[in-house]
Amino acid sequence: MSWTDEARAGLSDIWPAALAAVPIGFLFGALAAGKGLSPLEVFAMSALVFAGGAQFAAVELWASPAPILALVFSTALINARHILMSASLAPKLSGFSRAQTFLGLYYMADENWALAEKRARTHPITPVYWFAMAIPFVCLWLLTSTTGAIIGAALGDPKRYGADFAFTALFIALVAAFWKGRVTAWTVASAGIASALAYRFAGPPWHVLAGALSGLAAAWIAAGSEAAAQPCESPAE
Amino acid sequence: MSLDPINLAAFLGMALVTYLTRIAGLALVGRLNLTPRAQAAFDAIPPAVLIAVIAPSALATGWIETVAALVSGLAATRLPLLGVVAVGVATVVGLRALF
Repeated sequence: MSWTDEARAGLSDIWPAALAAVPIGFLFGALAAGKGLSPLEVFAMSALVFAGGAQFAAVELWASPAPILALVFSTALINARHILMSASLAPKLSGFSRAQTFLGLYYMADENWALAEKRARTHPITPVYWFAMAIPFVCLWLLTSTTGAIIGAALGDPKRYGADFAFTALFIALVAAFWKGRVTAWTVASAGIASALAYRFAGPPWHVLAGALSGLAAAWIAAGSEAAAQPCESPAE
Repeated sequence: MSLDPINLAAFLGMALVTYLTRIAGLALVGRLNLTPRAQAAFDAIPPAVLIAVIAPSALATGWIETVAALVSGLAATRLPLLGVVAVGVATVVGLRALF
C-alpha cells in the first residue's frame, strides 16, 4: 500500500470517532469554563494531557487552588488502562522508528487505539496510518474544547442537546467492535454493575478501577468454564 | 487570557502520569507469556474499561439514560459508530422532552 492509501485509510477510520468527539469537546470546554478555567488553560490541558475521561474527571475535581495530588492520582487511575493498551498495540506498530513510537504513543487515546487494534487484525499499522488518525483527532479536540470554553456560557445547558450522552453512546458503540460472544457479555455485565456500585458508594475515580478489575475477573472465570466445556475449541473464533 | 502557574503544574503532572501509562506497555512487550485463559482476560480489557468509564452515566444517572444506553446497545448490533451516537443522543433528547 502506498502512503496516500495509508493516509486515506487512517482518515476514513478516524472521522466518525472524531465527529462523535466534537460535542464532547464543546461540552468539556464549557464545563471547564464553568469551573473558572480560561480558554488558554483548557487548550493547555487538552494539548498536554489529551485524555477525555481523565480530563472530565479532573474538571469534576477542580478547585482553586488546584488540588494537584488528587488530580494526578485520579488521572493515573483512569489512564492505568493505557499500560495494557500500549502493551497490546506496541508489537503491532510495524516500521515505526523509536522517535515515531514515543511521539505516536503520546497521543494514544481510546478511540485511535481501538481503531488501530481493529485494523491490525487485517493490516500492518504504519506510521502514516497512525499519524493520519492521530493528528486530525488531536487538532479537533484542541479546537472544540477551546471553543467550548470561549462560547460555553452562550450555549447554555449542554443537556438540552443531549451532548452529555454522546460519550456514553460512543463507548457503547466501541464495545460492540470488541464483541466475542458470551465472555464479552459477562465482562460487560460485571464491569457495568461493579462500576456503578463503586461510583455510588466510593465515588470517582474508584469506579474505573472496580469496573475494569471486575470485568477482567468475569472474563477469566467465563473463559475457564468455556475451556472446560469445550476442550477442543480453537482459540481463533 | 490567563495561565495560572499552579494550574499549569497540575496539567504537567497529569500529562506526565498519562504519558507514563502510554509508554509503560513498551516495557511489557515480550514479557507477557499468556495462557489462553489469561489471553481471554487480556482481550476483555478494552470492553471492561470502556464500560467501567461510562457505567455511572448509563446506570447511575436516571432511568432515561439507562433506557438510552440499552437502545444504544441494540443499535450497536446494527449500525456504525456515528449511527449509534445519533440514536443514543436522539433517545435521550426525546425522552427528556417527553418526561
